[in-house]
Amino acid sequence: MIEVHELTKRYGATTAVRGLGFRVRPGRVTGFLGPNGAGKSTTLRLILGLNTATSGRVTVDGRPFRDRPRGLRHVGALLDAGDVHGGHSARTHLRVLARGNGIPYARVDDVLAEVGLAEVARRRVGGFSLGMRQRLGIAAALLGDPPVLLFDEPLNGLDPEGVRWVRGLFRRLAAEGRTVFVSSHLMSEMEHTADDLVVIGRGELIAAESLAAFAARAGGGAVTVRTPDAAVLTPSLTAEGASVVPGDGGRLLVSGLDAARVGELALRHHVVLHELTTTTPSLEEAFMELTAADVQYAAGEAR
Amino acid sequence: MTPVAEAAARTSREASPAAQEPRPRFTDLVAAEWLKFRSLRSTAWSLAGAVLAVLAFNAGTAYDTYRYWRENDADGRARFVRDGIALQEAFNGNAMLVMMLAAGAVGALAVAGEHRTGLIRTTFAAVPARRPLLAAKVLVVAAATTVLGAAAAGLSFWLTQTILDGRGVGVPLGHPGAWRLVAASALLAPVSALTGMALGALLRHVGAALVAVFVLLLLLPGVLGDDRRWTAVAGHATPYQAWLRLAEAGEATTRYPWTVAGAWATLALWSLAAAVVAVVAVDRRDL
Repeated sequence: MIEVHELTKRYGATTAVRGLGFRVRPGRVTGFLGPNGAGKSTTLRLILGLNTATSGRVTVDGRPFRDRPRGLRHVGALLDAGDVHGGHSARTHLRVLARGNGIPYARVDDVLAEVGLAEVARRRVGGFSLGMRQRLGIAAALLGDPPVLLFDEPLNGLDPEGVRWVRGLFRRLAAEGRTVFVSSHLMSEMEHTADDLVVIGRGELIAAESLAAFAARAGGGAVTVRTPDAAVLTPSLTAEGASVVPGDGGRLLVSGLDAARVGELALRHHVVLHELTTTTPSLEEAFMELTAADVQYAAGEAR
Repeated sequence: MTPVAEAAARTSREASPAAQEPRPRFTDLVAAEWLKFRSLRSTAWSLAGAVLAVLAFNAGTAYDTYRYWRENDADGRARFVRDGIALQEAFNGNAMLVMMLAAGAVGALAVAGEHRTGLIRTTFAAVPARRPLLAAKVLVVAAATTVLGAAAAGLSFWLTQTILDGRGVGVPLGHPGAWRLVAASALLAPVSALTGMALGALLRHVGAALVAVFVLLLLLPGVLGDDRRWTAVAGHATPYQAWLRLAEAGEATTRYPWTVAGAWATLALWSLAAAVVAVVAVDRRDL
């Protein structure tokens, strides 16, 4: 369990994180979402005690992480896959971490096998691809078999097989009762993995709820209708207060009415329907909508 | 670790799922830092290169003396030894410069290198107790560079005196001042390495730390001459001048003379201060 309370971090004049408060619960995968520069990495560093908060507090399993003399058995973290020394082999990198935490070397070989790096264990990390470094970072996070795991953008650089594997791993870790906190700036990465979401923008909390609640809050959907009699159907729909936009292939995009009501109106006016579909907005759209006001580095923004 | 922190660690062990956590041991950190230090090929090469360069400078000078030897009588040979030139050639100023720079660079890289690669975050996420970790690192680097310094100074002494023996003017280790020179030259390595670590910890940038090592260890002591009292005293507080004092065979002939014990104290206090800075500097910093 990670508890963040009224957390604020300022660097000089800029405020990276402001009054942030949320909980990350065990047994679930929690997605940590926000546009670039929203303060995700800062928050993760504050959780790990790498940075000191200006005010507020954050605890992991009831204690500030920095109070623990050794960390790997409490929190496993992958912050940046580049946070390694290129001159070390994968195995040496992990052995150094294991040794300092009193973890037997046998565990190093176990996690290397688990992430699929057993073959390259003796190769220098400097020659690794980003995907391989991500796997090494995940191996380091797993080393201490910790109850809490943090991952900052873990899917970067992974191939599709790797992405699938990581998702499965997160699900499994959560199923084992661990707290799994995964940051991303892409909702699509979280959609099929996360149970809960923490969404921030410009350092402030936007949402902290289950994925289902977030989707529901994102608002009503639209109905797509295909009919040869658009000329008859359109006025009857607008008369009921719907807004109708012609789509491609003779389709009508109807919002303001649900599919059942659209069907009833078509029957009443003897209009033939070839298609009647409800389209829920994607989580991606919901995410974009909620964070639109908080995007720090928007492209083509007037200044 | 303090008893309070240890008690806290015990409590958490009972409460957390990581119940099998062993008691945190400082020796584990030392072993981890040693593994980290010795596994870098670049470190091994630069240390080996430094020792070879030191040997080359010293042996080269001794060989020049051997080759262009003109004192053919016993009196000239005795004067050569009496004037302390045999000892001077056991470890000369060029060798000292190479040793200080190489050891200083190794120390600076050991700390600033972790900042450059970002490894420092991985390190402190795994071991949140920053001070013990840095103390372990200081211990490892100091020990490794002491061995390096001892090898460079010891081999230099043996090699140069063997070469000078070809003219019958080599001195044994029992010669007055010989042990002192070898010990002071050997200790120059850890003193410089600790200085490098302190500067690396303060500046957190490899390039800046290397420049600072050069300025603090080599440039500054040269500027602090003994024409004024305060610059003389300040100069005596630098390892460079302390080594010069310890390498001198007889009594000092400067305007503001100082004792051999004072020079040893400078090396000791300088090392201690550098070690403290290296351990404390990163303690409250954001990474």
